[in-house]
Amino acid sequence: MNMMTGVSPWERLIRPDRVHGSLYTDPEIFEAELKNIWYRTWVYVGHESEVPNANDYVVKSIGPQSVIMTRDEQGKVNLLLNRCSHRGNQVCSFERGNARSFTCPFHSWTFANDGRLVGYAFPDGYEGQDKSQLALGRVTRVESYRGFVFGSFAADGPTLKEHLGGAAETIDRLVRTSPDGEVEITAGFLKHRVKANWKFILENECDGYHPAFVHTSIFGVADSMIGKLYGGASTALTRDYGNGHTEIDLRPEFRKRDAPMSWFGTSEERLPDYTARMKTAYGDTAARQIMIDGTPHVMIFPNLFIAEIQMFVIQPLGVDDSVQHVTALQFKGAPDLNRRLRQQTMGSVGPAGFLLADDSEMYERCHRGVLARNPEWIFLGRGEKRQRQDELGFTVGHVTDEVPSRGIWTHYRKLMEPN
Amino acid sequence: MLSRESSATLMSAITAFLYREARLQDEHQYEAWEKLWTDDGVYWVPANGADIDPERQMSIIYDNRSRIALRVRQLMTGKHFTQTPQSNLRRLISNIELMDGQPDDGDIAVASNSLIFESSLRDDTLWAARNEYRLRHVDGELRMASKKVILVNNDKAIYTLSFLV
Repeated sequence: MNMMTGVSPWERLIRPDRVHGSLYTDPEIFEAELKNIWYRTWVYVGHESEVPNANDYVVKSIGPQSVIMTRDEQGKVNLLLNRCSHRGNQVCSFERGNARSFTCPFHSWTFANDGRLVGYAFPDGYEGQDKSQLALGRVTRVESYRGFVFGSFAADGPTLKEHLGGAAETIDRLVRTSPDGEVEITAGFLKHRVKANWKFILENECDGYHPAFVHTSIFGVADSMIGKLYGGASTALTRDYGNGHTEIDLRPEFRKRDAPMSWFGTSEERLPDYTARMKTAYGDTAARQIMIDGTPHVMIFPNLFIAEIQMFVIQPLGVDDSVQHVTALQFKGAPDLNRRLRQQTMGSVGPAGFLLADDSEMYERCHRGVLARNPEWIFLGRGEKRQRQDELGFTVGHVTDEVPSRGIWTHYRKLMEPN
Repeated sequence: MLSRESSATLMSAITAFLYREARLQDEHQYEAWEKLWTDDGVYWVPANGADIDPERQMSIIYDNRSRIALRVRQLMTGKHFTQTPQSNLRRLISNIELMDGQPDDGDIAVASNSLIFESSLRDDTLWAARNEYRLRHVDGELRMASKKVILVNNDKAIYTLSFLV
């Protein structure tokens, strides 16, 4: 709060239809985001299927912090900070594995995979020391939703379910694509670095205005049906679920087509195994509807983007340094579908992807662009006059409208303003 | 087993082929580069190590012949913004060796190292890789039946790789 004017600096930087360019480039704002967003709210960390067995671990992150996701011997998933409680050395230097304990290479302190300090070298020097006070740091709260594990460093605050709010239903929709009702993250991640602020990535994920232009090179040469979904005549919607979660809802277009698996550019006939399993699992009518509607295109604030066939995890490392971790979604009980999902994902995303190489080029050019301060603003007014409420009360607009960006910034301001 | 003389001739032809491929890539001669492939060519840039199973795990590039053609066609549009303007490139190819245990179908297994300097709008970027090829004589010319590019840092987060590597 500015004592002279009574106006919060955030109110001056974030207006209903525009935001200030410095929000993407100011290192002090980035530090404030780490504190107020990344180290406070629910952040997606990993998926339970990445640590299927007791003692499995995988190294993940929350912003620049390295986090070890372990499944301990009791089967519980833990989020431990990769930092020795002694002198700060990283205790784990491998991306994944199976280990009951982690031994710090510096002075041989050893931690169980639930974080407990179980021993240190030459213990006679620590006479009377209470080992329980020297455990590995942990992400304060850990909750999972349908296998997606989130962490929050805040001791209090909304539950994960409250945070997800209306967007939880998109994850319900996603898992129903599996005849067993489960997503599996098993195909490994591509890690695509961009020299740009993380919010350019966040806002682009549900920007339906850009595909016709940024992706014109691939739409022009590939036999892609994606282009039409984002045209002026499209009936697809943008949606703001609140809490920063946003969606491009393509179901209106897929329902017009009324053809199962058309959302993935294929047909029931080409996926006979999958189709049969879906019908057995959900019944003919429900299975048909699931296979018409397809998977969601949803950005769970601040870092989990489910993009129909793949999943991105956004990681900010610095004000102009971000990583997109991306992998093909895999659905339990659907091997024939999964193979195609991997092939399509490899073609379209990652550092050499037909789509993401161009998106990432835009992030980097935007970042360099906003260093110019005239005009000072990013204009986000598209569709402001024609947005409306859907039957559940969420704001929706045309697929090319900037409903998602406005939703993201409204929530961002709430998080950044002192309470 | 090749005689010493025919082995030297073969190495000379292979070296000339790899240098030519490198020049076509550096100079963005996409169509000429595409003609170096056999009809069943596979272009593979693994992620997270050299020995992943590309049928199960994500690769940076895992193109069959039709996807190689699609990659080239996208570059040819002039609207693939990550290569508009094109990166300025120069690469060094060295350590060319015939591999131990040559395939018995007549293909030639050969490997090289490459060091690529890329200057793009973002910045200057240095790329290093081990390249493993299967070359084949087709109508008297060498062609690539497969090319595997093992980037030294393929386990890390890497910048956009939109030129032909």
